[in-house]
Amino acid sequence: MSFLRNKVDQLKKPFLKGAKYEKYAPAFSALETFLFVPNHTTKKGAHIRDAVDLKRTMITVVIALLPALFYGIYNTGFQYYSQLGEAFTFWDAFLHGAIKIVPMIVVSYAVGLGIEFIFAILRGHEVNEGYLVTGLLIPMIMPVDFPLWMLAISVAFAVLIGKEAFGGTGMNILNPALLARAFAFFAYPTFMSGDKVWVSEALNVDGISGETILGKLAAGKELSYTAAEMFSGAIPGSVAETSTLWILVGAAILILTGVGSWRIIAGGFIGAALMGLLLNQFPVNALLGFPWHQHLLVGGLAFGIVFMATDPVSAAQTLKGKWIYGILVGIFCILIRVLNPAYPEGVMLAILLMNVFAPTIDHYVVSAHINRRKKRLIAVQNIKTVS
Amino acid sequence: MSKDIRIRKGVSLKLKGEASKVVKEAPRSEIHSIQPPDLLGIIPRLMVKEGDTVKAGDPLYHAKTNENLKIASPVSGKVTEVVRGQKRRILEIRIQADAKPVYKDFGKKDRSKIKAEEVKALLLESGCWPFIKQRPYDVIANPEDSPRDIFISTYASAPLQADIEFILKDLQEAFQAGVDALAILVGKKVHLGVEKNSTSYLKDISNAVIHKVSGPYPAGNVGVLIHHIAPINAGERVWVINPNDVAIIGNLFLHGKFDATKIVALAGSCVKNPQYYKLVQGAALETILRENLHQGDHRVINGTVFTGQKASASGYLGFYNNTVSVIPEGNNYRMFGWMPFKDNQIPSIYNTSLFRLFGKKESVVNTNLNGEERAFVVTGEMESVFPFDVYPMQLLKACLANDIEKMENLGIYEIAPEDFAVIDYASSSKIEAQEIIREGLNLMIKEVG
Repeated sequence: MSFLRNKVDQLKKPFLKGAKYEKYAPAFSALETFLFVPNHTTKKGAHIRDAVDLKRTMITVVIALLPALFYGIYNTGFQYYSQLGEAFTFWDAFLHGAIKIVPMIVVSYAVGLGIEFIFAILRGHEVNEGYLVTGLLIPMIMPVDFPLWMLAISVAFAVLIGKEAFGGTGMNILNPALLARAFAFFAYPTFMSGDKVWVSEALNVDGISGETILGKLAAGKELSYTAAEMFSGAIPGSVAETSTLWILVGAAILILTGVGSWRIIAGGFIGAALMGLLLNQFPVNALLGFPWHQHLLVGGLAFGIVFMATDPVSAAQTLKGKWIYGILVGIFCILIRVLNPAYPEGVMLAILLMNVFAPTIDHYVVSAHINRRKKRLIAVQNIKTVS
Repeated sequence: MSKDIRIRKGVSLKLKGEASKVVKEAPRSEIHSIQPPDLLGIIPRLMVKEGDTVKAGDPLYHAKTNENLKIASPVSGKVTEVVRGQKRRILEIRIQADAKPVYKDFGKKDRSKIKAEEVKALLLESGCWPFIKQRPYDVIANPEDSPRDIFISTYASAPLQADIEFILKDLQEAFQAGVDALAILVGKKVHLGVEKNSTSYLKDISNAVIHKVSGPYPAGNVGVLIHHIAPINAGERVWVINPNDVAIIGNLFLHGKFDATKIVALAGSCVKNPQYYKLVQGAALETILRENLHQGDHRVINGTVFTGQKASASGYLGFYNNTVSVIPEGNNYRMFGWMPFKDNQIPSIYNTSLFRLFGKKESVVNTNLNGEERAFVVTGEMESVFPFDVYPMQLLKACLANDIEKMENLGIYEIAPEDFAVIDYASSSKIEAQEIIREGLNLMIKEVG
């Protein structure tokens, strides 16, 4: 290890203050701190610090995403082969999925991190870790055959307009990954909706049709999936959002490690369940009659609530606010989905909407707190004037 | 109207090298140093010059704004050096101590007859006044003010902090006398925070309202005590004082002399024999550190690991301190140290490390930041360790933005920098919360007063 460290120290020399490549230091430091936690010691304030840092936090989220990702890769192949009617093994399916999905992940990271590095160098700050998560989330919520160049443009839009324009990680208003999807959804609608995009190769092979459950419901077609299939995720959909089971495993990792807010996750499911229950009282069409508990299993609701709504930056920031925010995300998700069938992407739009309103929620939570303090002051002053 | 205070939010951390309950007389310190920067809110005007001889209790300097507010020499001897920094700011006043201390006689006082004005005059004259600090702002109290209350917390909740019950064990009479004097000074009972399971005399002190406190750090902070009994409103003044300084004031009234001897814990994983020492204020730390430290690069801290000041082994005991902590410097690299579930020996209150499963009962912690400074990203983490009804992140942001109205609305009067040490520690963005709050308070002093 000390051998490696010495090598790194040697490589670091041109990037030090006053040296030739000084302005590229943030890029070098990003790579260096990936290898080693730096030797920075506390200068002021508390002399000891917790072991946690943002790298750790973000990597934990990536770990939580992996079960859903692996299942998504398998499901991509599974949907393809089962619709073709060919015999296949687990590995056939997994390989088919991997060939489709790994390039998406590579493009997402390459474009996104490229932009992050350029901004870090231009602005002279460190490369932030937020994109480690965003970069994996984006391919996971796209349709499988989404062209790579469109993916690259969506990523660039999300990082530039959604994040860097506001000042980088921690300053953004909207969740960058969802912004990438929303951009793709409105810029390339033919690749993002309809009955030809949700299963691998559906555009090219006639025998394959890939409609999502919500798409079918909106079109008034028969549903051919059981609730168990919806829960396990063996249904068409975006790459890795279909399996509620593996998403819940991820949720457990987030909650147990304390990285994801359990308040938002719980609030989201509660809000969605209540809204679904309410709409079930008026079953005039297939969507309104779709059982509330199955609403929780389809359309990426679980994925959105567990991995997108919990983004600590774009969510409400106070603990009370997180409850309100989570519940509203759930309510709006079902509301958009059911009452506006042109947009089955209810969860995406609901979270983006609540991202915009999160500061308002916090404002009211904090205002209530401030008013309590002011009331206390007035009470004390009254006592003084009486005595 | 005693009320039990049970704190749930906070950090419980057990560090290696807690001081064993033995008191040793420290070797005599030849040089004692008083460091004016320790005394926040006082601009010094020197009353001695190099070469002067002083008795213990003779004033060294007074406050620029109030010449009655004096800071006294803790020992008798000769002023050898006035160390100055930039713009001739006084950093230290060094005194060569006599082998046998000579005390200035302030005369014994009968506590049953003395009046508030006399108490105040004696505290100012004897150099004991600076022990009293004011909240809000965490600066030395203004003698012209009449405070709402006085608070004392005897619950030491920080890791490695001196056990106050232990250091006050033989000082019952002095402590009671100090409490009596303070109660006379403000004309009402003193609020005294005592650890819930305390068996010592502290829970039976008279002239005081006893509050039983329990919970993890920072439950023992006097700020937590105030906040949970009667939070400070805009315009109010509350005074706080360290328990060992109460005993020093008590001795002043009992014996008529300023005897700044205190019992100090020397603790930390770098110390060979962590234990308690009897030291006089301003003593050279070298007297207790010499041949008492393990090999290696270490950091000497004047105070606790959370709120203390960085010192060197050749430094001097700080004005308010009863703890000296020595921990290893963390100026080393950790390969792949960012990986979750790796390096589980480093304490963490989050479960991204398996510290809770595999961590040792007593941890060795160094001064590594364990990461790099970042923007505020993980929201909610500060609230979950902060035992105040205050929104910490919002308050920090208001301080950074110099938004005075917002700072006031969010409760800046109720907190002191030391209360934010727990946020320094727990923040995954490695934010310097104590410094941000100190600067916010300084701005408030300037703009609001």
